[in-house]
Amino acid sequence: MKSEQQYIELYSEAGTLIKQKSCEVMNAVRDAAFEVFKSQGFPSKKVERYKYTDVDAAFAPNYGISLNPYEIKPSKYIFRFSEAPIDITPYYNNVADKSDSISALNTALAHDGILIYVPKNDKPADPIQIDYTLRGSQDTMMNRRVLIILEQGAEATIILNDKITPQYDAIQDSSAHRGGEGQSPEGISFLTTQVIEAVCKDNSRLDIYEVEETYTLCKRFSNVYIQEGRDCSVKHNSITLFNGQSRNLCDVYMQGENSEVTLNGCVIADKNQRVDNNTLIHHQVPNCQSNELYKYVVDGQAVGAFAGKILVDKDAQKISSQETNANLCASSDARMYTQPMLEIYADDVKCAHGSTVGVMDESALFYMRQRGICEDEARTLLKNAFMGQVIDQIQLQPLRDKLYVKVEKRFRGELDKCADCRLCK
Amino acid sequence: MSESNEFVRNVAEKKYEFGFTTDIQTEIIDKGLNEDVIRIISAKKGEPEWLLQFRLDAYRYWLTQTQPTWGHVHLPEIDYQAISYYADPTAGKKNDGPKSVDDIDPELMKTFDKLGIPLEERLALSGTAVDAVMDSVSVKTTFKEKLSEKGIIFCSISEAVKEYPDLVKQYLGSVVPPKDNYFAALNSAVFSDGSFVYIPKNTRCPMELSTYFRINARNTGQFERTLIVCDEGSYVSYLEGCTAPMRDENQLHAAIVEIVIMDNAEVKYSTVQNWYPGDAEGKGGVLNLVTKRGHLRGVNSKLSWTQVETGSAITWKYPSCVLSGDNSQAEFYSVAVTNNHQEADTGTKMIHIGKNTKSTIISKGISAGKSQNSYRGLVRVNKNADGARNYSSCDSLLLGSECGAHTFPYMDIHNNTATVEHEATTSKISEDQLLYCNQRGISTEEAVGLIVNGYAKEVINKLPMEFAVEAQKLLSVSLEGTVG
Repeated sequence: MKSEQQYIELYSEAGTLIKQKSCEVMNAVRDAAFEVFKSQGFPSKKVERYKYTDVDAAFAPNYGISLNPYEIKPSKYIFRFSEAPIDITPYYNNVADKSDSISALNTALAHDGILIYVPKNDKPADPIQIDYTLRGSQDTMMNRRVLIILEQGAEATIILNDKITPQYDAIQDSSAHRGGEGQSPEGISFLTTQVIEAVCKDNSRLDIYEVEETYTLCKRFSNVYIQEGRDCSVKHNSITLFNGQSRNLCDVYMQGENSEVTLNGCVIADKNQRVDNNTLIHHQVPNCQSNELYKYVVDGQAVGAFAGKILVDKDAQKISSQETNANLCASSDARMYTQPMLEIYADDVKCAHGSTVGVMDESALFYMRQRGICEDEARTLLKNAFMGQVIDQIQLQPLRDKLYVKVEKRFRGELDKCADCRLCK
Repeated sequence: MSESNEFVRNVAEKKYEFGFTTDIQTEIIDKGLNEDVIRIISAKKGEPEWLLQFRLDAYRYWLTQTQPTWGHVHLPEIDYQAISYYADPTAGKKNDGPKSVDDIDPELMKTFDKLGIPLEERLALSGTAVDAVMDSVSVKTTFKEKLSEKGIIFCSISEAVKEYPDLVKQYLGSVVPPKDNYFAALNSAVFSDGSFVYIPKNTRCPMELSTYFRINARNTGQFERTLIVCDEGSYVSYLEGCTAPMRDENQLHAAIVEIVIMDNAEVKYSTVQNWYPGDAEGKGGVLNLVTKRGHLRGVNSKLSWTQVETGSAITWKYPSCVLSGDNSQAEFYSVAVTNNHQEADTGTKMIHIGKNTKSTIISKGISAGKSQNSYRGLVRVNKNADGARNYSSCDSLLLGSECGAHTFPYMDIHNNTATVEHEATTSKISEDQLLYCNQRGISTEEAVGLIVNGYAKEVINKLPMEFAVEAQKLLSVSLEGTVG
């Protein structure tokens, strides 16, 4: 049996229940999305954008579906879909790629959604943070849905933490150096599908930081779709520190002139982890800029994949675009696939991409060893410096400092000894 | 501006130089493809049973496959039953194949003279031996005797099947197996003529070997097969050129080139591809769907592909290298020019298997008019390919606002000692460069020519002398009229 069958059955059984728990906006498009999924099934490896991830296998185990409502602290900017201050019908499921099977499945199964709405010219002083905490007593599937709407001139910094924390608030317990990763939910698998849609209207500024710190039995399928208006600035940072299998898609549609987008990514993977990042920057109008920087360190038997496409439409002249992907293979069993693509239909553009897979600079290692730094330490320093380039770009200072520490700990193999205590914060 | 418009008009009216047809009695078998046709082709060539079986197996496999669609080209649905798979222009003077120049039909001689390929040895460019192939048959191979003194075999593949069956049987299909892909299976079933080269041990081929392919007959396809075997410590430089007459309908060209390189041997393979590209509206033209692959079997072996692609309505090919031998080296240099409605999806595959292997890819794409030009390449480093090194650089130049340039590199790295670098840029000719030239009294048209030639120089320099001159001319002809 192909694994889509069980989801088709699930929907016919639980569809009504999901609809009851959900709201009108979501139910309106649910059946149509399910039909898309039903007709397409899961994408095979022959589908170019899913070439490096075995979707069918990831969805094959039998997961229980989580229908718990989101807990949201009352806030000026964050709402559940059912309590949205504006009509979100024009936005919901209209930014996402409706033909993508994973997005369609998410639209069909998601029972609740989070809306981040920043009104016109409003600039929240603090970053907006959403923590997803995976917990459960049995194998669970989560379908998360986020809609971000930035009105004209609005600004927002959004942090999305994906973690697997114990059932207490780590911040209140600074003394606890407890076994984090994998300890509390040992042996329990989690499957997450996530669709984030962001609409950035003219003159808005959006920074998104996605930090994933889960554990080896977590599978994550995240699709992010961002639509940009005129004079916008968007930064999307995807940081994968610890995971099982992740497949992150990020599509940016540049629909207004003079906008810019920056996509940054940092991936550290070892053991049997798999990380597949797939990005698309679609320049539909002239005079825009895009930058992309993804860095991977793959160790152990990990598999890393990166595919980034820059698509420039016929009339989108004066585009400047730069894409860089640098990777370090740290063990002989690690594998790296990279595929930076340019698809350009306009002539007055400057687009470049570079991609490297390599080993650590022997002369740099030698230099450090001459000065009494042992080899392991020297390698850690180099790996840190390598990742530093991505972390440096993070604007939010507290988060940047925290990530410096975490990345270093990750390379030293200490991260899983200390999940999320204040010392590492 | 008016001046340049006039220029554009002149160029637009300019015809494809090699678009003439030769009026010659040609024996063409009936259109269509089935097992009987394959038996006829095989019988006409007097092939042994094993080769017929090879063809039939390939054909049966081909029947189970469908035409691939993944390329960034708009390949029309090809009606394989509307093509004739065998056309023999030498049939008029059939007496066991032309033995000397006198036996060749004067019309054929004229055709090749017109193409600048004299078949009389005294007239030939010094230092180049030519195998001239028209439609399905090799017309003449020059300097055969001189080469055989050194033990070098250079003949048409049909002749090789008869005279050196062991060698052909050993290597045919060993690099590109019949089941490799759809078009390879088709070629393996119906291949007609092509060249066979064998360079014995420790021999440096004294002259450049070259094959000239010409499609002439209407409604035929060209399915040639080239097999080059370079034994230990040897060297050969091989050139390939091609043209076709202007026709309103597409003509299919599905060839296979196989190269086997042993220890310490080196092969240089250069192509100047100038098939008929179709008219300005994109009507007609050759569909160039070729499988080319070199197998670097020996240690320290070396293979260099150089290609200048200016013709064909659709070019879809990836000359590849399988680097099995330790310390083997592979190079790929390519200039692909597309104009009007041409489409190209070309690049290379470098498969690193041996230790300390090294590959270099330099690709220059130039697109003008309404054309689409894509680079697609794979660099794969296998688990045991320690110390593999690859450098790829793919630049695209856009001339005109309606064309497209695309880059699709794939890198699959399974080894932690590999160093793989890829960089690509896409841009147009900078205003600064043009202004600089204009200021110095060089017209925009000339300036573009200069800049493009400079841009492609890295690749052109790798071509043998005679070809380099031709390639440079082709570049300027293909691009004329793109500015304005």
